[in-house]
Amino acid sequence: MAMTMAGPAPAPMACPGCAAAPSADFIASLEAARPARLILSLPTAHCAACMVTIENGLAALPGVLSARVNLTLRRVSIEAAADVTADRMVAALARLGYEAHELDPGLLSATHTERQVQDLLLRLGVAGFAMMNVMLFSVAVWSGAPEATRHLFHWISAAIALPTVAFAGQPFFRSAWASLRVWRLGMDVPISLALILASGISLFETVMGGEQAYFDAAVSLTFFLLAGRYLDLRTRAVARSAAEELAALEVPRALVLRDGAEVLLPLAEVLVGDIVRVRPGARMPTDGVVLDGSSEIDRALLTGESLPAYAGPGSLVSAGEVNLTGPLTLRVTAVGRSSSLHRMADLVAVAESARTRYTSLADRAARIYSPLVHILSFSAFGFWMWQTGGDLRFAINVSAAVLIITCPCALGLAVPAVVTSASGRLFRRGLLIKHGTALERLAEVDTVVFDKTGTLSLGVPQPADLLDHPPQVLAVAAGLVAGSSHPLARALAAALDPVLAAQGLRPALVSDVREVPGFGTEGRWQGKTVRLGRATWVGAAELPVTATWLALDGRTHAFTFADHLRPGAQALVTSLQKQGKRLVLLSGDTTSAVADLAGRLGISDWTAHALPAEKAARVAALMAAGHRVLMVGDGLNDTAALASAHVSISPATALDAARVASDIVLLGQDMEPIAEALRIAVQARRRILENFLIAALYNVVAVPLALAGFATPLAAALAMSTSSVTVSLNALRLR
Amino acid sequence: MDVLTWLIPVSLVLAGLGLGAFFWALRDRQFDDPLGDASRILKPDWDDHPKP
Repeated sequence: MAMTMAGPAPAPMACPGCAAAPSADFIASLEAARPARLILSLPTAHCAACMVTIENGLAALPGVLSARVNLTLRRVSIEAAADVTADRMVAALARLGYEAHELDPGLLSATHTERQVQDLLLRLGVAGFAMMNVMLFSVAVWSGAPEATRHLFHWISAAIALPTVAFAGQPFFRSAWASLRVWRLGMDVPISLALILASGISLFETVMGGEQAYFDAAVSLTFFLLAGRYLDLRTRAVARSAAEELAALEVPRALVLRDGAEVLLPLAEVLVGDIVRVRPGARMPTDGVVLDGSSEIDRALLTGESLPAYAGPGSLVSAGEVNLTGPLTLRVTAVGRSSSLHRMADLVAVAESARTRYTSLADRAARIYSPLVHILSFSAFGFWMWQTGGDLRFAINVSAAVLIITCPCALGLAVPAVVTSASGRLFRRGLLIKHGTALERLAEVDTVVFDKTGTLSLGVPQPADLLDHPPQVLAVAAGLVAGSSHPLARALAAALDPVLAAQGLRPALVSDVREVPGFGTEGRWQGKTVRLGRATWVGAAELPVTATWLALDGRTHAFTFADHLRPGAQALVTSLQKQGKRLVLLSGDTTSAVADLAGRLGISDWTAHALPAEKAARVAALMAAGHRVLMVGDGLNDTAALASAHVSISPATALDAARVASDIVLLGQDMEPIAEALRIAVQARRRILENFLIAALYNVVAVPLALAGFATPLAAALAMSTSSVTVSLNALRLR
Repeated sequence: MDVLTWLIPVSLVLAGLGLGAFFWALRDRQFDDPLGDASRILKPDWDDHPKP
């Protein structure tokens, strides 16, 4: 599953002598000529047309040597000249209509899991090949080949089957040995025992010229079980590589002032006491004290507040906050582990240890199944030893038949087939299942707890009361905000245009517009100074909601803002209420903002000003009351609550810590797939239970036959194949 | 039934060829991007940069 990447192309030699003693110039040119390899994540690429558009669009850019899309992993790897930056590629992709994020190639190298997947696929191929051949010989034997032919066919089958079982069965033998060493009976112990017994007894029968050999059963058992194991591992590998991708999303760098020059350093090399510059629009790389500059900062991810806060010399800022308007110079007070981003780690650790250990359905099934099989097999052996007066050959034959027929093929496929099918379906809808049992847990949910800022609402606010203002005020405001980059100003500008156009007005001509970072914008209109910005700056009284003020002719006008709902939020809430789930909104934002949003969405149970510990406590209390809680949140203040909930979802825009703590990641902007995920999870759980039932039914029919000593290799092969195929088909019924 | 002495080795060799082809495909990383490769064949334009 790794990206195939050729090594860096060697730079052409300038002169033969350079090879012997490369000059500094040559080394420098080598450095410059070395193509940069960029990997970008493309969450929205999904079709052949996307692939063509992206590859051709990128290849047409100057400096790009090649671009190749991997549609399975939704990534594009670009080889380009060293001066091509990821930002430019992201911008180019945005122009093509695709959302893209830079990934850290170092974190995405071929991992252990990928080699494991390849290894299993190899064994699966060998087992499949052997199964086809041995089955052909077995068909001849079953249809009554004369003795000499049967004998020959048994020997050929043995020659194919024994090496195959020895090679392809290794994963089971290893895991069975590991569990036996600690005195436990895992699912792999009966599997290994069945494989060894079936091969051994068949070889013995072949040597003795007996009628029945189980070579086909041994090989097909290996094949079906490997298929289940492969599906399971592949689903997890895809989720893990996507999770690695999320971890690689934020390439942490800081702009540090060293010896009077600005250098871009990886975060690990930033020291306490360094001077760091943070440009407008960038995230604070560390905790620090503002030395110079003034700006506004967005703390939504850390506290849930949607209102930007002022930051000037002396203000304390924390890692993860976003600098909005002016450049800031910070003195670093804490980095990495000691920064406030990591301070919440303790809270998360406590919450995670409190989360009850969930036993998966497969574990529960194995716990019943494993001892039962051994008891059945050994009691059959004992019974027939006693009944036949010590006919060892017959008794071993019966107990091997019992082990083969009760084979957990169907059990081994029951869960992976369903989980693979369900997570594939959810991945196409933009949901990434990070944890193996997340789907099962999601199926049990009866209460959904939401965070507000960044989850139900996007960080971008919407002007709420434009029509209450006189046209002239609107025109002046439009003139002032036209060039500003502040999020409130941009939202205002976007909303003002259609309003003004509808009234037949144009933005007023405001001259000398200048942005005062941290305060607002100022300009001259008809010879008078006009200002738009914070209440204190224009001389107005603060309001309890997000707002910006316009000072015009000695009067102030407040433009208030309301949260902008995330697309699909309304549909999700409606559909969850229809499903009868209990909905709770927990936010760290102000009462009025939370009340407004809860009212718009129709959520009656809401809490404002919730601290991180309070959120976690509320979730824990709901869990203690017997509710199965799904927590949806994105901020650092949600991390502990995400970890303590029964199952949790966070959007891909969430902070690293929140994504790590959650079981499922929402890759797109739209929230509606969550309702779909709940529906699919419930269905997947039902399919898993059905699969267990099917497997059990086959056993109920076949085991008495085997115990009574009537089981033939043909019966074993039929029971095994039909149950495995039925279970897989049942998993595919998932809609 | 003498023909079996020929048919069995022949069938085993043929199947072995299939297995060899599978090994080659696996080692050639042809299972890296099944979704992309399935769509790539439908691209209308000439692929100037086939996978290395």
